Amino acid sequence: MSGPSTYNPKPGFEKWLDQRLPLPRLMHDTILTFPTPRNLNFWYTFGGILTFCLAVQIVTGIVLAMHYVANAELAFNSVEKIMRDVNYGWLIRYIHANGASMFFLAVYIHMFRGIYYGSYKAPREIIWILGVLIYLLMTATAFFGYVLPWGQMSFWGATVITNLFSAIPVIGPGIATWLWGDFAVGDPTLNRFFSLHYLLPFIIAGVVGLHIWALHVPGNNNPLGIDVKTPQDTVPFHPYYTIKDAFVLVLFVIFFASFVFFEPEFFNAPDNNIPANPLVTPAHIVPEWYLLPFYAMLRSIPDKLLGVLVMGAAIVSLAVLPWTDTSRVRSNRFRPTMKWFFWMFVVACVVLGYCGAQTVDATIFGIPAVWIARVATLYYFAFIFPIMFFVGLFETPKPLPASIAQSVLGKSEGGDK
Amino acid sequence: MAGTTSDSGTRRDFIYVASGAMGALAVGAVAWPLVQQMNPSAAALALATTELDIGTIQPGQQVIIKHRGQPLFVRRRTPTEIKSAQSVNVASLPDGLARNAGKDAALPASDENRVIKTEWLVVSGVCTHLGCTPAVSTAAVLQGAHGGWLCHCHGSDYDTSGRIRSGPAPENLAVPVYSFMSDTRIQVG
Repeated sequence: MSGPSTYNPKPGFEKWLDQRLPLPRLMHDTILTFPTPRNLNFWYTFGGILTFCLAVQIVTGIVLAMHYVANAELAFNSVEKIMRDVNYGWLIRYIHANGASMFFLAVYIHMFRGIYYGSYKAPREIIWILGVLIYLLMTATAFFGYVLPWGQMSFWGATVITNLFSAIPVIGPGIATWLWGDFAVGDPTLNRFFSLHYLLPFIIAGVVGLHIWALHVPGNNNPLGIDVKTPQDTVPFHPYYTIKDAFVLVLFVIFFASFVFFEPEFFNAPDNNIPANPLVTPAHIVPEWYLLPFYAMLRSIPDKLLGVLVMGAAIVSLAVLPWTDTSRVRSNRFRPTMKWFFWMFVVACVVLGYCGAQTVDATIFGIPAVWIARVATLYYFAFIFPIMFFVGLFETPKPLPASIAQSVLGKSEGGDK
Repeated sequence: MAGTTSDSGTRRDFIYVASGAMGALAVGAVAWPLVQQMNPSAAALALATTELDIGTIQPGQQVIIKHRGQPLFVRRRTPTEIKSAQSVNVASLPDGLARNAGKDAALPASDENRVIKTEWLVVSGVCTHLGCTPAVSTAAVLQGAHGGWLCHCHGSDYDTSGRIRSGPAPENLAVPVYSFMSDTRIQVG
């Protein structure tokens, strides 16, 4: 879809610049005239929303770093100072803290959309793998950021997550010490986490650039999952999708702002308003909601190394979806069997999240939460490997429409316009 | 190196391989300090010993002290707790080793190998799973099924000798090097 450029510079400065640094040409071809399938629905607006989220986190983060002190003695109080003394500090911090949750909410919708419509399938495997990489970087950044306020959850979250590395045989304990810069989580740990928390968003921005670049080679997938065949199947990105994205973004920002202004502590664990104490673990430690499914997997496995491996595999194995999926059809709209397995996958992820928030010995309807998490974990991996593989082989997909235009406009108008 | 041993090797090949090798060495030499700066600094490495007065600790009570930045449990066990710790069949334990830094590493995890005086249990307060501090079980507030400690993070259950009995933790709570300076005073480290 990245065909010949349609940019036509005006004589004078535009032409002069185009022959030296064709940046306006790049912007013109990727944002204004980029041919985009005409049937993209609401779920396709989350890419733009995610770009917005990243920008919000970077801008508010840079400002917060002007007031924050990365020192185990001072960090907690410097955050309190931001909340009480710094002009609009409360607003900026609440945007940043809730922004992380909004970012993850948007990325999960974006990922489930990609799975539902088969956006990871050829020729878009690299886009998908870059996306998994962005998601990994996001979890790392969010984890480092959560440690910075140096409350009880920060401290013990850092302890548990860095101890994951100690599960690696032989070199594991050495890696944990190397990460801490001490024999436990402490001041050196906080300092390096702040450094990395500042660095990683810019790396994410770089990988997002590659993600969009890779997207602009084959162009967008679409809810029908069929290829664009003629120019009638597309509309220019501007104004059609700039306006659509902007409209949904406004709705998203209203949702975002309702948390910032009315329930700013909704996603925050109350224990994190207690300064870090290395001698007392809170009775019930949980990660942020967006990591709960993986936490549930970790807890459901009664072996340290295996638990850590399964948790890591849950994210990394998403990258092989393009190859475990054997179906010729992309979109689940035309996959009557796979559709059900997809929604069960969504349910499994939500159930895992719910189990991850419970105490270790909790029961749900009389069944131990740990067993429910085990079943859900099993389904999570079954979906990625055998279900994707065998359903693709045996399922009979529904007939695909001849073209996007025909499907959208009806048969009479379709092909000859 | 390929350049010196191969039949077709020329001086040019040798220079190519040699300069490549020097380049790799230089990258390694630069990376080494950048990696090493992350490890504990001289200040953190400075060994510390901690002294503790245990005279005021009552039977059935535990105190937590901070030793080298980490919690350390000092527990004065009741006769019942000692009995239950001693009556365990070592062969049935998930971790059969004593994990006592003051004794031979190969010793089995019998209670006598984990204490100096049976009444006093001194163990690290760091769960061997992912480093949380387990909650102590007392007669008033029971934690777990074995009367020792329960780690609330991921459900590791320790007995009255600090040995892992169920849950994801792979090892028994570590016993540090310590000694009795008198009947009411211990030195750890």
